[in-house]
Amino acid sequence: MCLAIPARIVSEPNEIEMAEVDILGVKRHVSLMMTPDAKLGDHVLVHAGFAIQVVDEEFAAESLEMLNSMGIKHADELAAELDGSDETAGVPAS
Amino acid sequence: MNDILAGFRDPEVARRLVDEIHRIAVEPCTLMEVCGTHTMAIAKHGLRGVMPETIKLLSGPGCPVCVTANPDIDLAIEIARQPGVVLTTFGDMMKVPGSYSSLSTEKSEGRDIRIVYSPLDSLAIAEREPDKHVVFLGVGFETTAPTVALTIREAARRKLPNWSALSLHKTVPGALEALVVDPEVRVTGFILPGHVSTIIGTGPYEFLAREYGVPGVITGFEPVDVLQGVWMLAKQLAEGRAEIEIAYGRGVHAEGNPSAVAAIDASFERCDAEWRGIGVIPGTGLALRPEFAEYDARTRVPVAVPEPREIKGCQCGDVLRGVVLPFDCKLFGRACTPEHPVGPCMVSSEGSCAAYYRYTDYGKE
Amino acid sequence: MRSDRILLAHGSGGTMMKELIEEVFVAGFGDEVLLRMDDAAALDFPGSRLAFSTDTYVVHPLFFPGGDIGRLAVCGTVNDVATSGARPLYLSVGFVLEEGMPVEDLKRILISMHDAAAEAGVRIVTGDTKVVERGHGDGCYINTAGVGVLPDGVDLSGSHCRPGDAVLLSGTLGDHGIAIVSTREGLEFSTDIRTDAAPLAALVSAVLEAAPDVRCFRDPTRGGLASTLNELAGASGVSITVNETDVPVNDQVRGASEMLGYDVFQVANEGKMVAVVPPEQAEAALAAMKGAPYGAEAAIIGSVAESPAGKVYVRTAFGATRIMDMLVGEQLPRIC
Repeated sequence: MCLAIPARIVSEPNEIEMAEVDILGVKRHVSLMMTPDAKLGDHVLVHAGFAIQVVDEEFAAESLEMLNSMGIKHADELAAELDGSDETAGVPAS
Repeated sequence: MNDILAGFRDPEVARRLVDEIHRIAVEPCTLMEVCGTHTMAIAKHGLRGVMPETIKLLSGPGCPVCVTANPDIDLAIEIARQPGVVLTTFGDMMKVPGSYSSLSTEKSEGRDIRIVYSPLDSLAIAEREPDKHVVFLGVGFETTAPTVALTIREAARRKLPNWSALSLHKTVPGALEALVVDPEVRVTGFILPGHVSTIIGTGPYEFLAREYGVPGVITGFEPVDVLQGVWMLAKQLAEGRAEIEIAYGRGVHAEGNPSAVAAIDASFERCDAEWRGIGVIPGTGLALRPEFAEYDARTRVPVAVPEPREIKGCQCGDVLRGVVLPFDCKLFGRACTPEHPVGPCMVSSEGSCAAYYRYTDYGKE
Repeated sequence: MRSDRILLAHGSGGTMMKELIEEVFVAGFGDEVLLRMDDAAALDFPGSRLAFSTDTYVVHPLFFPGGDIGRLAVCGTVNDVATSGARPLYLSVGFVLEEGMPVEDLKRILISMHDAAAEAGVRIVTGDTKVVERGHGDGCYINTAGVGVLPDGVDLSGSHCRPGDAVLLSGTLGDHGIAIVSTREGLEFSTDIRTDAAPLAALVSAVLEAAPDVRCFRDPTRGGLASTLNELAGASGVSITVNETDVPVNDQVRGASEMLGYDVFQVANEGKMVAVVPPEQAEAALAAMKGAPYGAEAAIIGSVAESPAGKVYVRTAFGATRIMDMLVGEQLPRIC
């Protein structure tokens, strides 16, 4: 329901808690009123011109690590089934 | 950051998750994605096609534009018609049909309706144009409500005499309760909205698991995020658990964002709200608190709203409740297309019908 | 000129109009045919087949990062003529000016038209001006029409795409649309993105030479790549699939598109060319594009298949396939 995209804080907030953020090189001022702990250099999720949360980058890296290691133990037993599941992949479930 | 997001778009990781989902989803289940951005992500990345036959994905009422009822849109239009009023809003609202018109039609007829990216931008317009009264039309769930709540606070701080807000904001958990008690809706698990949960955390959903035994997983929007959410739900179901879990920890903490929740509570109080297709759900609306009455467009720009009218044959209500799929509606793709939308599910690009229309070969299914 | 603003009298046909034409337009364009001040331009024409196109330019603001309405008005029509495979030669220019427009602004626009025409190798040989009352125009509207000479044997058409053909794009997508929207009230953001408005006749002729069996060229302007490819797929009765990862897009265009909720395939371009080329000539066409002005970032972005007729697909970075849908109505920023 709500687009919120990660952006990096690139300026100190001004007196009304507006700071500049960078989204792939595009810069815009957003409000940090909702993220009092956000610091210069942090990534925040931006929605409608407001930072709504500081992105937990450590958590992101950990969950990727978890996902990357997952399924390895089943790899052998799944090898035989893989082709089968590929076939279902093309068929809409609905 | 891009490197991190790239990991959540990695087809290899996704493939492992798909394999795991196929392995554990033995029993048939019906999962509802509550959030329209999930509907879009599922359609855009073709995730419906990689699900095992046991998993049925339903699209729920997750688009604040889609659930806005005709009388509310009619009210916004009447306000825009008042002399001296500039109506500002998000681009999403422009094409939504009300009973008789839409903001986009009104604009073509000369009303001063402007699109902003942030509600704060509407304050800037009010400051630049002191002869006008600038109304911000606020729609959205808990993600968007605090941005408008803080804008109201900011308007009060600047003592802006010519700005007010029309709140059509709604809150999600009450709607989920209406869905689980609806006998026509059979949901075995909820894919819960990531960015609403960024604000409210897990607490407001706990009743789903505790009182109704329905599990929920708060889920992000990259393809790997969505698959991880489905996988965690399938796992709960396979293990006979019903809990509220987070699959989007990089953006959601269990306690949510307390500053944002406090901001909502400071500017708004709960009220009843009409949801298109569902009806009035008590306590799911957000109205400006009486102490902000001078920033409430309902009191600042009083208007008479004509008797609302519902559109014949439109099944948006059933689509929003997940009772029928968009394809099942007789109007879908014929009388109702993105060019000429009949119901709001087709208007909003994240509406269920628009997502199905855009991203799937509906003609062949 | 005595007035520094455009007045209604400048469109009246009298002495003030004469003054505007002589001191502003002729000084701005200075073509010898134009200097004759005849009602029609008599022109040398070096061939037997003619390509002819017209377009009208309305843009707000008139000046934007990297360009202005004048550059747009020259490049747009030059490119439309070039898509036929023709070498553009002559342009006509019609202005609708709003009363009160600063003459300085008009002069800036004329300079940029002159420069773009010189770069494109076309001559502005005839023109017209009207002035409308204040409030009845957006500063300035421009119509240009262009003619070019078609080499013998060149017969390009959007209906000529065949299964197996390669789809080439001459550079990054979305720069123009994002440059414009970055200036809009209420959406302001700062970006280094500039309009890509550029004349592409030299690029087209280089590709035509390297890949003589090229099926067609199209410039993906309003509606972006999505509209162009959907038109081609429809006209040829074929299907087109684009590989998302092969499409060049500037990071900042991607960032702005994510921020505003835009689909970058639907964002407008003013200096890009799509070419559909038979597979055996694709590499030669690509090399020619890369070697031509404004083609350095060219890429082969997709291919043509037989069916389903009229459909355009995107193969996403994630490996899934989705429909590349056309823009519906106006592109609006969204929060959902």
